[in-house]
Amino acid sequence: MSSPAPTSPLAVEEPKAAMQPDSPKEVQDVEMTDATEAEANTNSERPNDASGVNESKADTLDVKLNTTTKAPPIKLEELFDGFDSDDDEFPTSSQPDEQRQSSPDSGPVISTELLRTFYQRFFPWRYMFQWLNHSPTPTNDFKHREFSLWLPNEAVLRYQSYTSADEFRAEVLRVMPARIEIGPVYTANPKDRKLFRNSTVFRPLAKELCFDIDLTDYDDIRTCCDKAKICIKCWQFITMAIKVLDTALRDDFGFKHILWVYSGRRGAHAWVCDKQARILNDEQRKAITGYFEVLTGGQQSGKRVNLRRPLHPHLSRSLDILKDHFQHDVLEKQDPWSDSDKASVLLNQIPDPSLREALRRKWDSSPGRPSALKWADIDALAQSSASSSLDAKDLLDAKQDIVLEHTYPRLDVGVTQKLNHLLKSPFVVHPGTGRICVPIDTRTQAAFEAFDPLAVPTLPQIVREVDAWEKQQATAANGDGEGRRLQDWEKTSLKPYIEYFRWFVLGLMKDERESGIKREREDDDEDRMIKAEDLEF
Amino acid sequence: MIRQDFNRIDAKRRNVVDYRKKQFADPLYKETQYPHRLNFYATPPTADITLEQFEQWAIDRLRILAELEACSFRNKTPAETAAYMKPLLDKYLPLDANSSSSSQLHSQRQKDHYSHFILRLAFSSTEELRRRFARVETMLFRLRFQTDDSRERAAFIRSLNIEWEPVLEDEKGELSQQLIVTAGFGYGKRAQQVMDEDWYKVDWTRVPDLIEGRKVFVKAGKAYVPGPLQHSIIMNEFTRRLERALELTARALPRLDEDDRLTPILNHLSKNFIAPDSSYSGSATAVEGAEISARNIDNLAQHFPLCMQHLHNTLRRDCHLKHYGRLQYTLFLKGIGLNLEECLIFWRTAFKKISDDTFNKEYRYNVRHAYGDVGGDANRRSGGYSPFSCQKILTEHAPGPGEAHGCPFRHFSMDNLTTLLRSAGVSDRAVLQGIQEDKESQKYHMACNRVFEYLHKTELKRAKEEGIFTAVQLETIVHPNEYFKRSYLLKNMSKQRDVKMEG
Repeated sequence: MSSPAPTSPLAVEEPKAAMQPDSPKEVQDVEMTDATEAEANTNSERPNDASGVNESKADTLDVKLNTTTKAPPIKLEELFDGFDSDDDEFPTSSQPDEQRQSSPDSGPVISTELLRTFYQRFFPWRYMFQWLNHSPTPTNDFKHREFSLWLPNEAVLRYQSYTSADEFRAEVLRVMPARIEIGPVYTANPKDRKLFRNSTVFRPLAKELCFDIDLTDYDDIRTCCDKAKICIKCWQFITMAIKVLDTALRDDFGFKHILWVYSGRRGAHAWVCDKQARILNDEQRKAITGYFEVLTGGQQSGKRVNLRRPLHPHLSRSLDILKDHFQHDVLEKQDPWSDSDKASVLLNQIPDPSLREALRRKWDSSPGRPSALKWADIDALAQSSASSSLDAKDLLDAKQDIVLEHTYPRLDVGVTQKLNHLLKSPFVVHPGTGRICVPIDTRTQAAFEAFDPLAVPTLPQIVREVDAWEKQQATAANGDGEGRRLQDWEKTSLKPYIEYFRWFVLGLMKDERESGIKREREDDDEDRMIKAEDLEF
Repeated sequence: MIRQDFNRIDAKRRNVVDYRKKQFADPLYKETQYPHRLNFYATPPTADITLEQFEQWAIDRLRILAELEACSFRNKTPAETAAYMKPLLDKYLPLDANSSSSSQLHSQRQKDHYSHFILRLAFSSTEELRRRFARVETMLFRLRFQTDDSRERAAFIRSLNIEWEPVLEDEKGELSQQLIVTAGFGYGKRAQQVMDEDWYKVDWTRVPDLIEGRKVFVKAGKAYVPGPLQHSIIMNEFTRRLERALELTARALPRLDEDDRLTPILNHLSKNFIAPDSSYSGSATAVEGAEISARNIDNLAQHFPLCMQHLHNTLRRDCHLKHYGRLQYTLFLKGIGLNLEECLIFWRTAFKKISDDTFNKEYRYNVRHAYGDVGGDANRRSGGYSPFSCQKILTEHAPGPGEAHGCPFRHFSMDNLTTLLRSAGVSDRAVLQGIQEDKESQKYHMACNRVFEYLHKTELKRAKEEGIFTAVQLETIVHPNEYFKRSYLLKNMSKQRDVKMEG
């Protein structure tokens, strides 16, 4: 490990000095030894137990926490203001080539320290490696994978690649990126891309099929928050979206390994990791986005859901899933049509003019009538007035369209369509909120409906937790023997998320291994049969 | 002295007395047979043809392909395209059915076969050419496939050996509820018809277009394709095989250089096939005498087509545009001749509400990238992106929530479109009626041209009378930049003429 010269003053006081791994000398020293030791561990150790980053931590941790607590109180939010504002709109459409425009006066200050702690002690390197590598020993799936590192000064290092989990870790610790993005697996090592003259030799081969859902796309229908703000009420839009997409991806397309990840602020990403999903080309990816597209057009296009009837099986199933959510999470919690302006938007979508007029009169007479009642009014009036022109079928269709407009997933299609699109890695720290981009456990419906983005651990929080844990250990235990040495993350609220990720990765590797074996077996099936006969005697 | 004057036996033929004594025999190819009218072009031709035939056949086919592509750029419907192409096909590349008992069957099919392979050689060199070639060849194949005799078509499909799995009766019964709602089956159809239909199961990845339009039922990765949609599988198969073959051709191409008779012909052919939508770079569309600068854009906006006017108005209203809006508008401005410096000034002043810092960080790069000022080698060398054609605006990236790009004729509801049209000065009932009809029949470019003709009717009349505009300049507009250029020229016709007379 190359240790940078510890010349700069305390990073926390001098914003500009915090660009690279400069930090107080004593902490630097302690940590470097710590890191090297940890690496030695990861290198030399039992393959299935994923410990490794944690020997002899108790004493060093205090030093680190001291530096952070001694620092003047700086709010994370302020430090990163505006840092991520552009990324959600179009993550790589600008394809920054090595360096983007940078401005020296913004960037993280305190976090270099905290981040280092995070990458050293909490980031699940081994599982991340296994997840992308699909096998315990390094393969090209990992070695030819593009990573891109976002530096604190907003420059982006693209086309990084690593030969092993250890190199990955060491490089990240050296550069200290505020954010790590994952790109496709290329035909050759991305670092060597300049060696190839034409584009046919160096091209992207495979990447997980990704989806990106962002609550800002729901701004026209959510009433509780807007822009970057979220609350548990509008998070329900994400919950519905995940349910619909997850079901369709599993039942319709037959994918099994789907990882949902909280994006750290106001959305979620999906990583479909099945082999068949990884090798899809751009055209096929585009087809999938088309399959999932229901909302068309911008605000000017008027009615935005125009579906062919009869509904496609995927849509009628989605409608079944979404019905209850519409009642509870939209009508009751969001109350989208309470004021008369918004109610008139609803009215315009009612097909029958006389019914529309009747509703308008009724709602004008009782301003502020809640949406749930207004929704019920539609059916009630339709039945009672029994307008001669009323077509029950049309009304039902229109109502279905309205339900879908308010509940059906809204995707950022660019992320899904392009094989070489980068997407933020799981488990990085969102610079704006300090929250860790944890996976969302979708194994049971109850667990996943209970997911609360505001309860996701933040980096400062887990550091405090591990600190509290150590203290408690020191006072309580004393010599009740050497149990299994715990990983740092196991001492914090990050534990369930990493455990779920481990479960996911193991399942993926198992499938990957079995499909490999099956292929081999098909080759020598005949030999095997002969041998079996021999054994009969 | 001049040896070749002697009636010498050709060196290569000299020893053909006994074939057993010949070390390398000439390959003896079986004469290619063409049992079907359609062809997947799996085997390359082997017989000899003259150099003249080589060139003539290629040119004939090229003409057909170019016309087909033009049809798609003009958004013609399949029926219109077929009607338009029929006389051309009969003239340049006729292909009769087996039942026609034409004596020309073999020679027609041979020409079709050979010309396809000649063009393959000409258009395999670059990725872009390959993609375009595969696209238009598929269009041609589809056109012929549709006009093929149904019995012969079925025989042809059988000969292809496509891997698909018929859906068995039991499964059909089980899934009939799901199958009945997929394309080709409306409300009127009944379960019995589902059972009677031939269904095939294929991996969904083989029929991406059917998946994209939710036209088929998918389950566990298998798409259930009914008989009427099977042509989609065939088309995809055709494209897939052709693309793969083209890539192989590209790899073999360097070795073809040995033959110095063919290379010039092939180069010449591929040059005639340049992309029409990439020909729009700054100078080609720039208008003489116009002051194209950041502060003059507001004045010029009256000459913009509706899509760009809408972007411009949205920008002025919100002081912001989303990504694709910025891209579409930036490239258009680049196309009318706004240089990079002015373009940056334009965007900077338009985004009033944001700080210099934010602008530099988040927007400057994209504008420079569009102009080819930054980015990868390829981007810089080609001078950035070319302005979007109507085709591209209509088909790619439909606008989502809060976005203002796209084509108003396509992406607006009729009510909103009418409002926009009125604000642009189109209030004539007949014109509005015509636009609505165009919109309903999905001829968005026709609607746009209608607006153009209405807004410039006096100038157009004069231009025609005085013969200022050539026939080319009166053709249908299929590019926003062309709209601007013509509009500007027409409105400033008198001024320009004055200038000319003085000079």
